[in-house]
Amino acid sequence: MHQEGPGHPSAEYPEPRRPAGSLEAEVLAVLRAAGTALTPGQVRERLNARQRGELAYSTVVTIMSRLHAKGLLARERAGRGFAYTPVDDASLAAGQMNRALDGADHDAVLTRFVSGLSGRDARLLRHLLDAGEDGG
Amino acid sequence: MLLVVYLPLLIPALAAVAARPLAARLEPRQGTWLLTMAAVALAGCSTVALALLAASAVAQIPMLADLGDYSQSVIHHKDPASAVTGTVAAVVLTMAAVAVAVAFRHRARALAESYRRAARLHEDGTVVVQRGAAVEAYALPGWPGRIVVSGRLLEALDEPGRAALLAHERAHLAGRHHLFTTVAHLAAAANPVLLPLARAVDYTVERWADEHAARVTGDRRLVAVTIGRVAMLATPGRLPAATLGIVRAGSRQVSLAWAGPVPRRVAALLGPPPRSRALLLAAAVLIVLLTGASAVEAAKDLHALLELAQAGH
Repeated sequence: MHQEGPGHPSAEYPEPRRPAGSLEAEVLAVLRAAGTALTPGQVRERLNARQRGELAYSTVVTIMSRLHAKGLLARERAGRGFAYTPVDDASLAAGQMNRALDGADHDAVLTRFVSGLSGRDARLLRHLLDAGEDGG
Repeated sequence: MLLVVYLPLLIPALAAVAARPLAARLEPRQGTWLLTMAAVALAGCSTVALALLAASAVAQIPMLADLGDYSQSVIHHKDPASAVTGTVAAVVLTMAAVAVAVAFRHRARALAESYRRAARLHEDGTVVVQRGAAVEAYALPGWPGRIVVSGRLLEALDEPGRAALLAHERAHLAGRHHLFTTVAHLAAAANPVLLPLARAVDYTVERWADEHAARVTGDRRLVAVTIGRVAMLATPGRLPAATLGIVRAGSRQVSLAWAGPVPRRVAALLGPPPRSRALLLAAAVLIVLLTGASAVEAAKDLHALLELAQAGH
């Protein structure tokens, strides 16, 4: 259960109209750059320092809760609210990718560096590379 | 119409047989372009030929002849293609249309998925390191494109090897090779006889990337050895030591005729750089153009026949 921070009225400034996806990306970027757990308030400060417009505190809280629900952020108790850290995204995304691509046809899109090797091919390979070494 | 309409149906079979030898001999970039464009052109021509056969059968239906105000007997008399042939052509055409639609949807979804995943990965940098036991490296088309390499593989390679691997994958992304393979496989969906061409394109894009990596690193043998090392890592336990001794003692000349893509790529890199073969390229282009002309001629013949039938009514 998270609570609103000290007195930040949500209609102070009009919010810049950005698509929700890009706001999430910005929040994640701030958290990754920080390298430490941040509360929504801290994230909001850093976001507003970057942008020309001002984001409402409640907006930031909503975004971060949503990211947490999606499994992209981990959170720990910090005072009366939470502090968030990004889940290790390389392994997360790769895991997601593996699951997704197992369903789809890999060959449809991916060009693997090395495709499957039969026993005969393996022998051929050894022969080629060993012979090349002797000759070269 | 008989001869010219069957030529576009026969040439794809010739192309299918020639695909692999062409892929081996042509410079990879030229080969990729030729094979892909040829696959598309031949698929188009064979589809047109089938459509013309189907149309000539449909035109013989008496009811339609009345509606279209042309003489059904003229067509029947002049056109040697039987109604049975035409019906078979119509069925095959329908199956081809379904196959292309299915293949298109399949690949479009895979591509869209690839773009989504590529976008969602760590925002900085092209190379993404993957945890886990798998030994894999591949280019993920997207905007931006990504290169996914398993951490295990990166650790197993030395610095020059890593450079070769990444140069190869970067070539795939920069050259948008997935477009060539997708188009070629769609053409093969329209005409399954062309499948060897699509597979040849799969091979030539790998060669294209290999040659690019060889130029970038300045060391053909390095790329060859890297491919070999990665292949061995990816398929463990394939070669017991005893067999190795037998292979070396016995053969002198390695036959690559039925080998898979990996040994062929290594062999190509251990040899001299591929050179442009203008004559071969021109010959292949000529045959494709001939096929196109054939299809056009057949269409004109049918058109003339319909006009004749209308005049005769």
